[in-house]
Amino acid sequence: MKLGPALSDRAGRLLDFLWSGWAGLAALSLLAAAWQAGHEAWGDFILPAPLETVGAAVGLLGDPDSLSLLLITAQRSLTGFAMAAGAGVALGLTAGYAPAVMRLARPLLTVVLGVPPIAWIVLTMMWFGTTGTTVAVAILIAATPVVFVAAAEGIATRDRELGHMAEAFGYGLLGRFLFIDLRQASRPIFPALALALGTSFKVAIMAEMLANAGGVGGALARARALLDVPQALAWVVLSVIALIVVEYGLVRPMEGELERWRRAAQPWGVKR
Amino acid sequence: MNALTLERIGHAYFGQAVLADIHLEVGRGEVVALVGPSGSGKSTLIQIAAGLVDAREGRIRRGFSRQAMIFQEPNLMPWATARENIGFALRRAGVARRDRQARIEEAAWLAELEGDDLGKYPVELSGGMRQRVAIARALAVRPDFIFFDEPFTALDVALKRRMQDLVIGAAREAHFAALFITHDLMEAIRIAHRIAVLDVRGRGIAGVRALEGGTGDRNEAEIFALRQRFLETDPLFRHIHDVDERKRR
Repeated sequence: MKLGPALSDRAGRLLDFLWSGWAGLAALSLLAAAWQAGHEAWGDFILPAPLETVGAAVGLLGDPDSLSLLLITAQRSLTGFAMAAGAGVALGLTAGYAPAVMRLARPLLTVVLGVPPIAWIVLTMMWFGTTGTTVAVAILIAATPVVFVAAAEGIATRDRELGHMAEAFGYGLLGRFLFIDLRQASRPIFPALALALGTSFKVAIMAEMLANAGGVGGALARARALLDVPQALAWVVLSVIALIVVEYGLVRPMEGELERWRRAAQPWGVKR
Repeated sequence: MNALTLERIGHAYFGQAVLADIHLEVGRGEVVALVGPSGSGKSTLIQIAAGLVDAREGRIRRGFSRQAMIFQEPNLMPWATARENIGFALRRAGVARRDRQARIEEAAWLAELEGDDLGKYPVELSGGMRQRVAIARALAVRPDFIFFDEPFTALDVALKRRMQDLVIGAAREAHFAALFITHDLMEAIRIAHRIAVLDVRGRGIAGVRALEGGTGDRNEAEIFALRQRFLETDPLFRHIHDVDERKRR
């Protein structure tokens, strides 16, 4: 595609993406309205007003120490997420190609998924102490299975005729993997990555809280000890914002770029 | 040397023979149609000839330098536009990036695709247009041999006819040899220089009939008369429309 049309196509998709944010804003407004109603019903101590919480969150963002706590948690979450994504995709792709590996992996997955993340956090605390490694390993264990299953399913359910087509035109194993199979597997992998990212933030905060390893989890533990509900809610809000920024700033745009052909199939009303 | 020579080709799935002792030659610039009843092993044979399946026995000699294949389904990558699908084979064929656009447009012209169509995704194209893209993808690499695996079976009669004309025109223009699998005798007569009939059980080529004239030279009346003659008087074609695969074993 020539540069001019390509740029206008990209700009159009960016505008569509931003425009679709109205639906998200509407949902968040509904949540804020329900929150306000809860605040008015139960009072300031149980549920501070949304505006007050936002004010506290803005205050935290203005404080360099608080900001560094948020960055520590984000960095730990992203490290754990990157490890889980790498391991899950690599193992899942292998299992997708090798049914024997898949058969061996399924019972293990059942066991791993059956253990609550909090139990892994306790175990990793005992193994690695109260350090960032505890957080990263807990995320790795909690988030990898989701990505693994998606990658394995993506390969196992691929359209093999496309592989035959590529082979007929001279593509070898590596070419078929890179240009055909990986592209097909990306479809289930991206929603799994979004899920794994959410899990990473949740597990990171939980692990920090239990292991007293600083970060947002540590700040939440302190707010709990002081019964400072606005402060606790402000940290929750900031964590969710950090997650949204990473998900909609990184994972979703990548997914949108790879899956833009699906929009072509959508009727106009669904697109907008 | 022939464009393609199959010698004593045999194959089996799960211990059960599906092809045995197949001998077939396709000359340079020649279009050979291979017909046979459903389940006789035509698709397996073309996959072996194209290198997608390894034959259990026999030898394949390929005298061509670049092959392409058109399948029953278009097999287009849904995430790529028509332009990108046509260009897919060019990357592997080693065509320089700067030359690819010209090659894509040339192939699109041969397949009677318009400029607007090239920017569309397969999901935005009709069945016939998708098959045109598949044809353009095959022509883009300028092959000297094309394997056709029942490419127009899923199309309606009018569209099938247009696609056949497209292949006939492209064969004249590009001078490729081809092995054309079909179960439609009319199609075989329209397109091919020779018709080979696969044995009902895949045990060799039952016989070959050479057709007079070049590909696309026969008019509708001649094609119909030839079809009637083959079906009514030539024992070679007696079983080509058998559909009960259970009779095979």
